[in-house]
Amino acid sequence: MAKTIAEINEKIKKGQAVVVTAEEIIEIVAKKGVAAAAKEVDVVTTGTFGPMCSSGAYFNFGHTKPKIKAGGGTASLNGVPAYTGWAAVDLYLGATALPADDPRNKIHPGEFAYGGGHVIEELLAGKDVRLQIEAYGTDCYPRKHLDSWISLKDLNEAVLFNTRNAYQNYNVAVNLSGKTIYTYLGTLKPNLGNANYCSAGQLSPLLNDPFLKTIGIGTRIWLGGGVGYVAWQGTQFNPHAPRLDNGVPKRPAQTLAVIGDLKGMSPKWIKGVSFVGYGPTLNVGIGVPIPLLNEEIAKHVAVRDEDIQCAVVDYSEAYPQGKPDVLGEVNYAQLKSGEIEVKGKKVPTSGISSYKNARIIAEELKEQIKKGDFLLTEKVADLPTGADSPKFKPLNERPTKEGN
Amino acid sequence: MAAKKIVLNFPKEKIDKPIVARLIKDHDLSFNIMKASITPDQEGHMVLELIGDAPEIEKGIRFLKEQGVKVEPLAKDIRVNWGKCTQCGACVSICPTSALYVKDRQTMEVAFDTDKCIACELCIRPCPPRAIEVHF
Ligand code: SF4
Ligand code: SF4
Repeated sequence: MAKTIAEINEKIKKGQAVVVTAEEIIEIVAKKGVAAAAKEVDVVTTGTFGPMCSSGAYFNFGHTKPKIKAGGGTASLNGVPAYTGWAAVDLYLGATALPADDPRNKIHPGEFAYGGGHVIEELLAGKDVRLQIEAYGTDCYPRKHLDSWISLKDLNEAVLFNTRNAYQNYNVAVNLSGKTIYTYLGTLKPNLGNANYCSAGQLSPLLNDPFLKTIGIGTRIWLGGGVGYVAWQGTQFNPHAPRLDNGVPKRPAQTLAVIGDLKGMSPKWIKGVSFVGYGPTLNVGIGVPIPLLNEEIAKHVAVRDEDIQCAVVDYSEAYPQGKPDVLGEVNYAQLKSGEIEVKGKKVPTSGISSYKNARIIAEELKEQIKKGDFLLTEKVADLPTGADSPKFKPLNERPTKEGN
Repeated sequence: MAAKKIVLNFPKEKIDKPIVARLIKDHDLSFNIMKASITPDQEGHMVLELIGDAPEIEKGIRFLKEQGVKVEPLAKDIRVNWGKCTQCGACVSICPTSALYVKDRQTMEVAFDTDKCIACELCIRPCPPRAIEVHF
């Protein structure tokens, strides 16, 4: 018995929709079976809250008097460089951007105390941020310098636009070398001292809809505490990753590009963080509602941590050198138990993506839908999940004479 | 040989007295100054490591107290700023004593047990939002 999104939305508007989280549906399907669950439940909510480096925001800060054109010049927000290659008063600030005078890894491992992600969080917190622009001046935009405080409410547009978020599954990082290494998956102690993973597992949006049957361009999502949309497939989108029998990819696979009004978001869910020795980034909270349109979808949302496998990868050698070697496969139930076995050794685990907050997001989205505050959308177009979609490939390096 | 870290607070009228010099001489102790400062209202603040015989260290501390110096043991205080903590769990596999730990494997809530913390500070920098703070 199939349902439509329009029918589900009618129920949501009447306050009659049955909404559960991706954790709660596991129990329901186990007790009542897939068919009954698909009939009874209308929406399953997912959540994830972790560092997502390919994130950032663009702003239009309004024209100055006399006018200035940032395009072609340089700009910074609290000393963190923003991209100016646009028109007069638009800027893009990336989460991993660093102030010019940050010492970086000069003394390894660098601290990376402040970067683009932190600026975005401060804007969200309502703080004043210093905008500095150096422009070259034209007849129509004569001004060459600007040094002004701005705040989120003063901006015309402030839009979070992340080109790769919500990774469908990820590596477990370990360190086989004899010294501590500092990675975007955290600090890894030598000789398999710890293992860090980064996914909400059974709560993670794309692991609950592995073939993206319900998620596509235009899907309305919970983004950073506000409302966002799926804009496109994320970069490095890879539907061809090897999959388990349940359809779940065993390797990093599909991703989302998401967009939403920063002004509606909260600094609790859009948070600047920083990995020692690696750099700053942005913790992003995302919740995706999955309409239970049919039994196939119901079967997928019932996925449990023990049904999701991922690869253990050595970040001292295999990962940085781009080698495909994998040290083994583990599932998220094992990872969440606090210990996995790698090469016969017991290794303590740490999450990098917060499961506790993923739960809170799924719960919050559930309440919003129940109250009728969040309606589902029909996707406008599918993401390229088909067998014929482009392969995600490494760079075919063609060295130039000048640079080598 | 024993060692003890203490925090000394000298009242204004005592900061120009050779109290530490007498402490060291009379009790045959050696010392490390870990921190020393004079507050704007002219009170002295010092973090000192005393090295010597355990009974002499205790006698020395008694002497300091008699001189009107406030003496406290140095307990470097590691605190988690829960408002900043994103509950990721990155610290859990770093902490050698499991002072930072997952309290509940269902919710994966991260908690901190002050009593287990040895103030090694290994967790400070790996914490992505820098939510773990050292207080003296
Ligand atoms: S200071 Fe050391 S013992 Fe204390 S919580 Fe941090 S890592 Fe654990
Ligand atoms: S590493 Fe920091 S943010 Fe993550 S759980 Fe530990 S204290 Fe909280």
